[in-house]
Amino acid sequence: MSQVLSRVHSERAVDLELAREHNLSTDEYERMLRIVGRAPSLTELGIFSAMWSEHCSYKSSRVWLKKLPTEGPRVIQGPGENAGVVDIGDGQAVVFKMESHNHPSFIEPYQGAATGVGGILRDVFTMGARPIANMNALRFGDPNHPKTKHLVSGVVAGIGGYGNSVGVPTVGGETEFHAGYNGNILVNAMTVGVAQTDRIFYSAAAGLGNPVVYVGSKTGRDGIRGAVMASAEFSGDSEAKRPTVQVGDPFTEKLLIEACLELMATDAIVSIQDMGAAGLTSSSVEMADKGGLGMELDLGRVPQRERGMTPYEIMLSESQERMLIILKPGREQLAEAIFHKWELDFAVIGKLTDTGRLVLRMNDKLYADLPVRPLVDEAPKYERPWERTPAPSPLDAAYDLPSPALDVLKTMIGTADLASKRWIWEQYDSLVRGDTVFGPGQSDAAVVRVDQTTSKALAITTDCTPRYCVADPVQGGRQAVAEAWRNLSAVGALPLAITDNMNFGNPEKPRIMGQFAGCIEGMAEACRVLDFPVVSGNVSLYNETDGEPILPTPAIGGVGLLADAHRAVGLALRDGLTLLLVGEPGTGHLGRTLYLREIHGKEAGPPPPVDLAAERRAGDFVRGQIQAGRIQASHDVGGGGLLVAVAEMAMASGVGAALELEEQAGLLFGEDQGRYILGTTDPDAVTRSAEQAKIPVRRIGQSRGSVLALGTASIEVAALKQANEAWLPALMAGEI
Amino acid sequence: MQAAVVVFPGSNRDRDAVRALTLVTGRAPHTVWHHSTELPKADLIVLPGGFSHGDYLRCGAMAAHSPVMREVRAAAERGIPVLGVCNGFQILVEAHLLPGALLRNAALKFSCKRVTLRVETSNSPFLRRYNAGETITIPSAHGEGNYFAPPDLVKRLEDEDRVAFRYTYEHNGSVKDIAGILSENRRVLGMMPHPEDAVEELTGGIDGKRLFESIVEAVAQ
Repeated sequence: MSQVLSRVHSERAVDLELAREHNLSTDEYERMLRIVGRAPSLTELGIFSAMWSEHCSYKSSRVWLKKLPTEGPRVIQGPGENAGVVDIGDGQAVVFKMESHNHPSFIEPYQGAATGVGGILRDVFTMGARPIANMNALRFGDPNHPKTKHLVSGVVAGIGGYGNSVGVPTVGGETEFHAGYNGNILVNAMTVGVAQTDRIFYSAAAGLGNPVVYVGSKTGRDGIRGAVMASAEFSGDSEAKRPTVQVGDPFTEKLLIEACLELMATDAIVSIQDMGAAGLTSSSVEMADKGGLGMELDLGRVPQRERGMTPYEIMLSESQERMLIILKPGREQLAEAIFHKWELDFAVIGKLTDTGRLVLRMNDKLYADLPVRPLVDEAPKYERPWERTPAPSPLDAAYDLPSPALDVLKTMIGTADLASKRWIWEQYDSLVRGDTVFGPGQSDAAVVRVDQTTSKALAITTDCTPRYCVADPVQGGRQAVAEAWRNLSAVGALPLAITDNMNFGNPEKPRIMGQFAGCIEGMAEACRVLDFPVVSGNVSLYNETDGEPILPTPAIGGVGLLADAHRAVGLALRDGLTLLLVGEPGTGHLGRTLYLREIHGKEAGPPPPVDLAAERRAGDFVRGQIQAGRIQASHDVGGGGLLVAVAEMAMASGVGAALELEEQAGLLFGEDQGRYILGTTDPDAVTRSAEQAKIPVRRIGQSRGSVLALGTASIEVAALKQANEAWLPALMAGEI
Repeated sequence: MQAAVVVFPGSNRDRDAVRALTLVTGRAPHTVWHHSTELPKADLIVLPGGFSHGDYLRCGAMAAHSPVMREVRAAAERGIPVLGVCNGFQILVEAHLLPGALLRNAALKFSCKRVTLRVETSNSPFLRRYNAGETITIPSAHGEGNYFAPPDLVKRLEDEDRVAFRYTYEHNGSVKDIAGILSENRRVLGMMPHPEDAVEELTGGIDGKRLFESIVEAVAQ
C-alpha cells in the first residue's frame, strides 16, 4: 500500500474540506477513500467530483428514470449511449437527443446557448449520424424582468451563431416566459440525425492495446469543472462563475462533423465518444467502463492551447469540439490524414489495457491510478425523500368572458406565450440543406426530408406545459408526452419515440423530488399507452436561485415518420375548407389555462386532465385521414384553446373563417386535451369515418375570405396577425 | 454540362448546390477543395454559401486568398461562368471579381426567410430564362448581406444593366435594394439569396431552378 501511496503524485493533499469544495458530501468523500484505498491525488479527486456530480451520475434521478418505458419494436438504442437510435426503414435510422445548457446560458447567454447546440450536435454525429435538423425549447423569466431581454437576445444569437454556421437547419421549437424562470432560464437543444443502421457507432472501448486517439480542438482552461457548476443552485454571485462556461467554435465543429463522418465511412473506428460534460474524464471513464477495460493516457500528448496546464486541468477542461476515438490497430495514419486534411488536431494519447484501471501520466509522473468500474458502478445513487404535490383546489368561479370573444382573442394572441416568435426563428437558418418541408410557424411539427433521394421525412416537435406540471405533475407529465404525440399526428406522421429533458429545482427538497416523481409517473403512463418510448434524455436539477425553483419542466422532444412528405399537412387555411373539431369535446376546462392567466390574472385550479385512451383514438384517426389525403389543414387545440387555434390557422395563410360557435369562455378558450381542428374539402367522408371509429366530430365553420367571423362579430385576419407579431419585436426594442 | 463546386472549410450550402446542379444538369458536379491549385475542366464554377474559415474576419476575406481562387479568377477571365451565392458572393467581392462590399444587415441580426426578388435583367447566361421585371420567391439566409457601393458605382451598375436582382422591399439595408450583381462581361453573378434551395416544389418552390436551366442552355449553345 505504501508503495502505491508514494507513486501517485498530487499537487496538494486531499482532505474532506477540499472534497467538499468539489461538491462531494462527507459520505461521498468516504466512499471515494474506500475505492481508492489510499489518499487520493488532486487529479483523482477532480475525476471523482466530476463523475459523481449530479450532471454526470444522475444520482438523484436514476431510480426514477428506470420507470420510463424505453423499448419498442423500432428502437435500436435506448438511453445510455450518446443519443437514441430508432429504425426508420430502408436501412436507415434516426438518431436524436435533447440536452440542457441552462446554467451556463444564464451566466453567459451567447456562449452558453451556442455550446449547448455544439454539444448536442456532437452527441448525434458521434453515433455515425449526419445531423439534419436542430430544435430548441427555451424558457425565460417575466418579459419585464430586467435581465430577460439580455438573455433572450444572447441565447437566440448564440443558438443561431452556432447552428447557422455548422449548416444544420434549426427548424422549430418553443419559447415561453414565466416569472418562475427569472433566476434560471432553460435552454434545451435537440439534434436529429440520420444514419445507416449498419454504420452506427457506439462508445464501448474494445481491443487490448488499441490506440486511444484525441481529435478536434486543443484543450484549454475553459469550462473547468463545468459539470460541477451545473449541479448546484445559484445564489447572487452566479456571474462570478463565468469562467466555468465553455467557449464554442462552430467552424471547428463543422470541420469535426465532416472529418468524423469521413473517418466513419472507413473501417478504422472501434468506438467513439464526444468530450462533453466533464470532458476527457467522462469520455475516457465511460468508454473504458462500457468495454470492461482499463486505459492508460499520457496527458502530455493531449493537444493544449495554453502552457503549463496541470493534469487536473486537462482532465476537467470542457473545451469544446473534441472527440475521443478508439482506433483499430494500424489505422492511425489513415485517420491522421483525414483530420489533418480538415485542419484539426490529432494525437494518439494512450492505449487500452486489461487492468481495469484508469492510469494517467504526464512528464513521467503518475497522477492517477483508479479502478474504472467502481468509479461508475459505485457512484452514489439516492432515493431522495419526496412528497406528492397536493391536489389543486377546483376553480372558485366561472370566469366568464369579460368582453366580446374576438376582443379577448386579439388580446390573448398578443401575450407572451401566444405571440409569434418570428423575431426568434428568423435568426435561425431553417432552410439550409434544402430539405425543410415545413419550418417554423407552418405546422404543428417541423417536417424535414430524410435526404434528397427520397420523399421520406421526419416530423419533429418539442413540447411541455410547465403551468400544468406545477399544479399536477402527473397530469403535466402525461400532457407533455401526449402533446408531442399529438403534434406529430397532426402533420400526418407516425410518432416513433421521444427524448426527454427533465428540468427541475433542487432534488434535495422533498417537494421538488415529488414534482420529479409525479412527472415521471405521468410520462411513463403516456409513453406506454401511446407506444412512444423514451430513447434518450438528460436531467437538469438545481435550477433554483436563492431557494426559488423553476416550474417543473419535463421538456419532450418527439420524432415521427412520414413515408411521403407530400402527404404532410400544415396549419395554413385555404379558401373553401370545412372546419371540423375532432376529439372528445371536453368540459370547457379553464383551470391553468392561458385565458385564466392572461385575461383574469389567475394561475389556479387543476390542469386539464389527459384521457390517454381517447388521445390515442383521436390521433390515430387524424393521422389516418391525413394519410388518406382528405385533410388540407390541421392543427391541434393547444394553449389558448379552440378560438386561438383557429386564429393561428388563419394567420398562417391570411385566409379567414366563419365560425358557428357559442360565445362561451370554456368552449372558446378552454384547454381540454386530445382535440384537433381539421380543414377538409370532403367533410362528409371524414365525418363518416369518424362515426365508424367512434370519434366525436363537430362542424365548427368554413374557411373563406380574409376575416375571422364569430356569429355577427368579425375581425380582419391581418389585424390579428399584426397583434400576434408585434409583441416580441416591441419587447426586444424596449417599447413594452 | 459539367459544373464544379468549390468547397472551403466552413462551406455549408455546398451540398445544396451539388443537389441543385445534379437535379438540373443530370450530372453530379465536381467538388473542388480550397487547397487545389488547379480546377477540373468545367463549364460553370459555383462558390457556395456558408461561413468559409469561420468568417471570424470579414466574410469571405480569408477564402478570397485560398489557392483555388487564383484558378477561379483565371477561369473567369477566360469567360467561364462563375456563380457566387451568399458566402460565395462575399468571396467574389473580397476577391475583386465583383465590385462593392457586403456589410452586416442593417438590423444587425442574421435573417432567414423566403424573399421576393425582382429580376432586373435577363441579359446574362444565368438569367435568360427569366423575364426582366418578373418577381420570384426564393430563400435567403445571411447576417452580412447588406450590399454597399458608392453612388458612382451604383450608377455604373445601373447604367450598364448589371443589377441582376433587387429585393422588392427593404430587406437588409442594401443600397437600392440590390440582391445580386453581374460582372462587366455578365458571366460572373453574385447574389445573396439561395436559388439552389428553390429547385423543388416540396422544399421551397422552384423559382430558383430557371437560373440553373438558363446556364445549361447558355453552355449548350
